[in-house]
Amino acid sequence: MKKLINKPEDVVTEALQGIAAAHPDLVRVHTNPNFIVRADAPVQGKAALVSGGGSGHEPMHGGFVGMGMLDAACPGEVFTSPTPDQMLEATKAVNGGAGVVHIVKNYTGDVMNFDMAAEMARGEGIEVESVLVDDDVAVQDSLYTAGRRGVGTTVLMEKIAGAAAEERRALKEVAEIARHVNANGRSMGMALTSCTVPAAGKPTFEIGEDEMEIGIGIHGEPGRTRMKLKPVGEIVEMMAVAVVEDIPYNKGDEVLAFVNGMGGTPLIELYVVYNEVNKFLEGRGIKITRNLVGSYITSLEMAGFSITLLKLDDELTKLWDAPVKTPGLRWGA
Amino acid sequence: MPASEEGGWVSVPYDQVVQFVRAFAKVVTENREYLTDLDSAIGDADHGINMERGMSAALSKLDGVPEGDVGNLFKTVGMTLVSTVGGAGGPLYGTLFIQMGMAVAGKPELSSQDWAEALTKGLQGVVMRGKAEPGDKTMVDALTPARDALKEALDEGASFGDALRRSAAAAEEGMKQTIPLVARKGRASYLGERSAGHQDPGATSSYLLLKTAAGTWADAEP
Repeated sequence: MKKLINKPEDVVTEALQGIAAAHPDLVRVHTNPNFIVRADAPVQGKAALVSGGGSGHEPMHGGFVGMGMLDAACPGEVFTSPTPDQMLEATKAVNGGAGVVHIVKNYTGDVMNFDMAAEMARGEGIEVESVLVDDDVAVQDSLYTAGRRGVGTTVLMEKIAGAAAEERRALKEVAEIARHVNANGRSMGMALTSCTVPAAGKPTFEIGEDEMEIGIGIHGEPGRTRMKLKPVGEIVEMMAVAVVEDIPYNKGDEVLAFVNGMGGTPLIELYVVYNEVNKFLEGRGIKITRNLVGSYITSLEMAGFSITLLKLDDELTKLWDAPVKTPGLRWGA
Repeated sequence: MPASEEGGWVSVPYDQVVQFVRAFAKVVTENREYLTDLDSAIGDADHGINMERGMSAALSKLDGVPEGDVGNLFKTVGMTLVSTVGGAGGPLYGTLFIQMGMAVAGKPELSSQDWAEALTKGLQGVVMRGKAEPGDKTMVDALTPARDALKEALDEGASFGDALRRSAAAAEEGMKQTIPLVARKGRASYLGERSAGHQDPGATSSYLLLKTAAGTWADAEP
């Protein structure tokens, strides 16, 4: 393992200290329990958004704390859900009297810890709405699985629901908009290489020099199939077909196309991917009216990408365009 | 007196319960790589690491726990696991210990019936929190047969020590039986058929818990 870390057990804390040092104008960092809140929290009268999850997906979630997006993020250990006491303290720290939305990615640990935190927060008189993200089409949603994983749509949900909250919309309405984003967003990922969890010290999975894993999760958990590498256009088509046919997206639909890097793939390759996504959607008569290209929900140093499509309507487009000012995403402000 | 006339525990004294918690922490540390390896096959490669972090945090709390209340001891361990483990293991093992603690609240020592009651309540808590059923390839698959075997042994009049050993053996059998199962809960469920052929890490740590109880108490029997 070759990494820029001092001790595996200090990675999360030291990264948090770095964020605090780099962005004092945007966020405040609380340690023990660990959470990041926007610098002006709590914002009175505004529904607050709290998310969280394992570390190792940066900039998600801590990099999305700030005006127009999240009020707080709770980082767990690498790839490990944060704990209920973190979430409870973060919820209390950002509650401006209008209630708190918990944005929860659909993983067994995240769901259970957020459930416990929501129970505790309600016990302290705070209104909490929980919204689940489960947009990964690589995973079958059936009685026999824990349901679809929450991946790329999380970033879009945090931006759009954050904008709605910034407009001072009521808690329930903000939660409804977030659920609307989840209902209209679908994703699929792939990997060329594994990631290495610092505390584990070795790659999570082995993969051949000429192989790729299609349908990978954001923790290096296996996806649908392992196969030989193919030209980018064929890889994109395989993944985009699965995404497009899931909702389904129809001819004439307007979408936000999000090409996300998994952490170890350079931007130049992401643009090669975006070019193929653009051609594919043009061929299907689906119009990209907004896009996002870059590494926003990562899996440590894993090489690979994911495609997320969000079917847009006028309201979602307007909320996407609204100003945002966070360490990881910033425009209009 | 905690020991019966024929030898063997009637009740496990408080210091032996503390000993069990310490021993479980040690076992988790010894099996850290093993549990993490099992988890990297079908999960996210952190189970051993997380459990070790939680149990070492629990150990550091032990000195501050007032002596003589087994329920309070278990509850403290459970609350510490909830606030330090994260993942799925935190709420599940946290709930297990908290519910065990509530089942034996105020008890200065642990009778065989107390332990059976604690396991029953703990298992109910785990099922409620994780919504898993036997056969889903989870820790429930080790805990359920362990609880059943303990109760059956006690009903048959077995000594506490023998009941503990039978309980641990049933947990081991349940753990092994998770190997062919297709996971239906937790991150392993995403693998579908590919999860078959691997032993469940949660069932494995649950077996280690029961094995530690038997190892600590049965082997220390007067």
